[in-house]
Amino acid sequence: MERVLFAVTAVLALAGGVGVVASREPVHSVLGLLLVLMSLAVDFLLLGAQFIAVLQVIIYAGAIVVLFVFIIMLLNVRTGEGARTPRVVPPALGIALSAVFAGLLVAAAASGAGQAASVGADFGTVQQVGRALFTAYALPFEAASIVLIVGMIGAVALSKRPAPWGAPPDRRGEGRR
Amino acid sequence: MSVPAPFYLALSAALFALGTLGVLVRRSALVVFMSVELMLNAVNLTLVTFARVRGAVDGQIVVFFVLVVAAAEVVIGLAIIVNIFRARDTVDVDDVDLLRG
Repeated sequence: MERVLFAVTAVLALAGGVGVVASREPVHSVLGLLLVLMSLAVDFLLLGAQFIAVLQVIIYAGAIVVLFVFIIMLLNVRTGEGARTPRVVPPALGIALSAVFAGLLVAAAASGAGQAASVGADFGTVQQVGRALFTAYALPFEAASIVLIVGMIGAVALSKRPAPWGAPPDRRGEGRR
Repeated sequence: MSVPAPFYLALSAALFALGTLGVLVRRSALVVFMSVELMLNAVNLTLVTFARVRGAVDGQIVVFFVLVVAAAEVVIGLAIIVNIFRARDTVDVDDVDLLRG
């Protein structure tokens, strides 16, 4: 059962990943990303990380993807990324990187990293993660709140500012420079 | 854990490579950004896998912090992309070369 579920989510995640990279329309890329995120949430559940799976759905699928969709709607980006033929270097780099990762993977599999520790039924629950978060990781947890505050202030500051370095006057109508 | 850990790691590596390919090949800043998210998620899967293998919850805590940073990063990044679009009328990363000497 678990194996079937993993196979299905793995195929879906890879399909979504290809969709993110390969689709012409940004909206289709977002949908591919959503597919990847949901598949990975199922994988997290299979790995006993209930809390992280819920966070994945709420934060990634619920907030970040919606933000992407809003920005695409706001920008109304013209789709054509042109048919400029891709240069040779980036695909070659990608293939080389994939080869390196495949090699690492084979090495890891050969070294027998698969012996999983046995865990209790409460592994990865909100209680267990929360206890670790508020005891051993209390200071990083507070620092995370500072990161979020800085992010919010930065976003507001960036979007309140008038258009920088010379907006095209025909679009703005007010010739702000 | 009826699925061995290397399978999860293989999926993670493949997703990471796909994300890298997207960052290198695509020119729309939005898609480049989504590819970065893909890479972050691939790493999250690795962290959760090793948390399960070791039977310790620390890997999941790291994933939590990755989520926090990813949220902040997306907010700031998309604000910058919107600003670039307002100024330049494009989100093509090849056209945004103002800092190039």
